[in-house]
Amino acid sequence: MAAENTTGTTPGSTGAVDVGAARAALREVPNDPGAPKPDPILVGSGLVRRFGGLKAVDVGHIEIQRGVITALIGPNGAGKTTLFNLLTGFDEPDEGDWSFNGSSLRKVASYKVARMGMVRTFQLTKVLAKLTVIENMRLGATGQKGERFWSAVFPSIWRKQEDENTVRADALLDRFLLAKKREDFAGSLSGGQRKLLEMARALMVDPEMIMLDEPMAGVNPALKQSLLGHVKSLRDEGRTVLFVEHDMDMVRDISDWVIVMAQGSIVAEGTPDAVMADPRVIDAYLGAHHDTDLSELDEEKIEAEAMAELEGKDKP
Amino acid sequence: MARRLVALAVLLVFLLLPTAAQAVAEGRTTAAGTPVAAEPTDEPSPTESESAAPTVPDGPYLSVRLLDEGEPVPGVTISATDADGGELGSAETADNGIAIIEIPGSGTYTVELDEETLPDGIALDDETGNTREVRAPLNGPNIVVYNIGTQAADTAGFGFQLSAALVSGLKFGLITALAALGLSLIFGTTGLTNFSHGELITFGGLMTWVFNVSFGLPVIVAGLLAMVFAAGFGWVQERGLWRPLRKRGTGLIAMMIVSIGFALFLRYLFQYFFGPQTKSLSQYTTQQRQTYGPIAIADKEIVIILVGIVVIAVTCIALMKTRLGKAMRAVSDNPPLAASSGMRVDGVVAAAWILGTALSGLAGALLAVNSQVNFLMGFKLLLLVFAAVTLGGLGTIWGALLGSMVIGFMVEVGPLFGVPSSIKEVGALVVLILVLLIRPQGILGRRQRVG
Amino acid sequence: MDLFEILRAALSQALGPQAIVLALAAIGLNVHFGYTGLLNFGQAGFMSVAAYGLAVPIVIMDLPFVAGLVMALLMPVVLAVVLGFPTLRLRADYLAIATIATAEILRLVFGSVEMRDIFGGSNGLTGYARPFQDLNPYGSGIDLGIFALSRNDLWAATVGWILVALCSLLVWALMRSPWGRVLRSIREDEQAVRSLGKNVFAYKMQALVLGGVFGGLAGLFLALRQASVVPSDYGTNITFFAYTALLIGGAARVLGPVVGAIIFWFLLSGLGALFSQATSGANPLIPEVIMSNQQASLVRFILVGLALMLLMIFRPQGIFGDRREIAIDGR
Ligand SMILES: Nc1ncnc2c1ncn2[C@@H]1O[C@H](COP(=O)(O)OP(=O)(O)OP(=O)(O)O)[C@@H](O)[C@H]1O
Ligand SMILES: [Mg+2]
Repeated sequence: MAAENTTGTTPGSTGAVDVGAARAALREVPNDPGAPKPDPILVGSGLVRRFGGLKAVDVGHIEIQRGVITALIGPNGAGKTTLFNLLTGFDEPDEGDWSFNGSSLRKVASYKVARMGMVRTFQLTKVLAKLTVIENMRLGATGQKGERFWSAVFPSIWRKQEDENTVRADALLDRFLLAKKREDFAGSLSGGQRKLLEMARALMVDPEMIMLDEPMAGVNPALKQSLLGHVKSLRDEGRTVLFVEHDMDMVRDISDWVIVMAQGSIVAEGTPDAVMADPRVIDAYLGAHHDTDLSELDEEKIEAEAMAELEGKDKP
Repeated sequence: MARRLVALAVLLVFLLLPTAAQAVAEGRTTAAGTPVAAEPTDEPSPTESESAAPTVPDGPYLSVRLLDEGEPVPGVTISATDADGGELGSAETADNGIAIIEIPGSGTYTVELDEETLPDGIALDDETGNTREVRAPLNGPNIVVYNIGTQAADTAGFGFQLSAALVSGLKFGLITALAALGLSLIFGTTGLTNFSHGELITFGGLMTWVFNVSFGLPVIVAGLLAMVFAAGFGWVQERGLWRPLRKRGTGLIAMMIVSIGFALFLRYLFQYFFGPQTKSLSQYTTQQRQTYGPIAIADKEIVIILVGIVVIAVTCIALMKTRLGKAMRAVSDNPPLAASSGMRVDGVVAAAWILGTALSGLAGALLAVNSQVNFLMGFKLLLLVFAAVTLGGLGTIWGALLGSMVIGFMVEVGPLFGVPSSIKEVGALVVLILVLLIRPQGILGRRQRVG
Repeated sequence: MDLFEILRAALSQALGPQAIVLALAAIGLNVHFGYTGLLNFGQAGFMSVAAYGLAVPIVIMDLPFVAGLVMALLMPVVLAVVLGFPTLRLRADYLAIATIATAEILRLVFGSVEMRDIFGGSNGLTGYARPFQDLNPYGSGIDLGIFALSRNDLWAATVGWILVALCSLLVWALMRSPWGRVLRSIREDEQAVRSLGKNVFAYKMQALVLGGVFGGLAGLFLALRQASVVPSDYGTNITFFAYTALLIGGAARVLGPVVGAIIFWFLLSGLGALFSQATSGANPLIPEVIMSNQQASLVRFILVGLALMLLMIFRPQGIFGDRREIAIDGR
């Protein structure tokens, strides 16, 4: 791996994060919304984003622990994607401040956020359809000499770095089972493959923290299992992961910490087991039968409960 | 496929018939045989041939076009002398403001304007001299534009000038608003940034001229017919061109480029049948402004303003109150949602095209009544219409109206406050760019969801 | 009907200076639109600032020829930066409107009566091109029967095609590099490129400047070859013709704009000569009632419009292009 690519961004190279210790430290944290963490990498407070009359995001305080996997869950329209947009500079909050690694990100452009080591993927995938898969991957590499105008004209300046990036890209493609598609246009990939490509491409940036917006949506079960392994290994490399996911099995399986959003605010957070047992979370998001197999239940009963809930919600 | 071709054919026939009839009816001025493999230098700007003159000598000549703030000034005697002061002859400007004087060959000449022959009540302003040196680089036609600034002979006070400018601004703003409303309706329902919209305006103006001059109908009837034809033209192009494109899933940028091609196609087709000249309607051509207290206004201007206000008001009320209007706004807001809630989106879009082109056609007709008819008249207005619509926020009705009035007043009142009057449109375009800088979504527009 | 004459007119224009002007302008648009997805409808503006950048210092300010050349190369850069700052953050259609408005503002100002002392009004400026003409090494023009250029045009064409070759080479070198990859990615989805830490704005600006300079070279070349700068040469049409040429040859291909410009002028002057012949003489092929000689010169422009529409609809990848790689999807 070329030195220019990694300086400052590979958490592994600093060796500062001890995954075990980080996870252990979380156990001491109270299960309250907005609870402070022992070693937060991302801290936000007072974040508000309105769309017309709607407060899409209204987060009093949020801290993300360094070196662990944090899941962000919540019903559709809770404001998870909007919060991602705010944190990564793709949208501007009406109020609030937030910082990454201690430096404020207010008014920081999204590309700078990515350069600082916080990279996100999109819920609606954004692959570059008219570029090949390997070109998509190469684009992800940072600090490329060949991306500067004058150097670009002389291949001798950037050829070596490009080859190194390609080696790295191929390794990632192997890991995400895309090696066979290497020379295909990204536009020809299936929905699930695009998710994979986007995640792999984000890793080309070598981020300290990676934010995944529904990474598993549309990915087949077998691949999901291996992806879970990859996400865990990201953590074990020392990266921080924040991801949005509706698949509770996955959340339970890999996350060290869970934050629950509803109607723009954080309503609960804690360890997976604690959160899934929280009556407010069950009420707002999971539903009473979330850990039972659907087919075993009396469908009529569920429907009745759902109806009752809907009517109840309509009142205020 | 076959159906689409048929629709296209219908579109063409529909377009050509009336103009062809006119061409035949009018009888053709014999073309002086200027060889066409001609000067390559003026190839990229064929539109400039606009000022070709009625009777053209075989040899080299000066074609002097007398313009007062872009308006041709007829009936003025122009004479030319060569560099040594030798008289070359004189000529009177025709309706299109052009006087043709034969010259021995390329060189530098002095053109003199006989102030005595200026129309009654106007005189050259202080900055304009009555002579001008012109270079004639060609051994053939040399086109010279003689821009003069005139002023009312009895120098009016600033208040009077302001009220005159305000009247002009209101009139111009309303005409722009009609066209802008049309553009906005179409943009709102289809997302198409239509660069051929200028030609829709021209279409209205040309049709008015065809019905009025070729068929001898009164201007008012001709204007109404032009509006109806414009509406039909809108429907035909929606069915024959834009709807099939939407059905193929053509992207908006691709459609925008298609509209550019369509604009070029129409513009030259218009010139083909109508000719490059600027022509007048048969009635209401020269009307003096009359004074009512502090304002001076011509009768036809009153009518234009009233028609503008009434039509815009009726359109807005219809958009607010009727089911169709509400449907249009629903489609503008969210086409997929409107479709999924059982709305006939295609029908609504067709209605928007019909209404939009009718309004633009009316704008063209009013422009024709206000001044004259030319195949470039709509194209010249297009950027101002864009400016108006962008100023208010693309796709919003009220934004289009507001923007148009701002543009109208700016263009007409600007010269009073130091904007050079020969480029008074520039101010409006500068404002357009400034607005884009400060508030890209326009004054009344909304931002879109990212990510 | 003299087919040889028609072919001669067509070839001479297709390989002559007119095609070079269009090719240079279209190479610029290829960088803007083909590779980066920037919808610049104001290429005429870049051309005009370069042309006036050349003429004004020499004619009005009495500076040496070289100063004019420097200004001609500098002005498009300045225009790109000034224009880019407000507009590059805009949506594609707003950018299109802003650029076309800018080009029109420039044209109106250059042609205005009030600024006649600086820009020469609607007659423009002349009398700066002598040093260029003096460099002409050719003793006479060239006439191969099927193809002919005057002495001046031969010199201009020599310089022009070298210029076109150099520009194409530069575009080729840039577009195969990682820099070009970023541009193409921006065309696809700029948010994605941002999320990977690239300064999209800076890249767009670089692309705007580069394409603007190519446009400027087109204006500079036109001014040198024609020995006069007239505002009416820089109307919106030249931009749209350049787009047509680009689409004929294929956007996002290095030689697309060059091939396109040649074909464009081949057809334009071929059709011009064809219809001119068909309508002239005592007993024209096409009767006067249907088409007069004056109208004959318009048919080709009607066809340009039609061609632009049909290309965009049915072959957005251009005549030689590959559908999978095209810049914009017409379907
Ligand atoms: N640009 C926008 N304009 C208007 N409303 C918006 C915009 N973006 C988001 N919203 C609204 O904000 C709310 C939160 O949206 P968001 O996309 O953040 O939800 P989410 O939690 O990601 O949901 P999901 O799980 O379905 O992805 C929704 O009600 C949405 O309609
Ligand atoms: Mg979401």
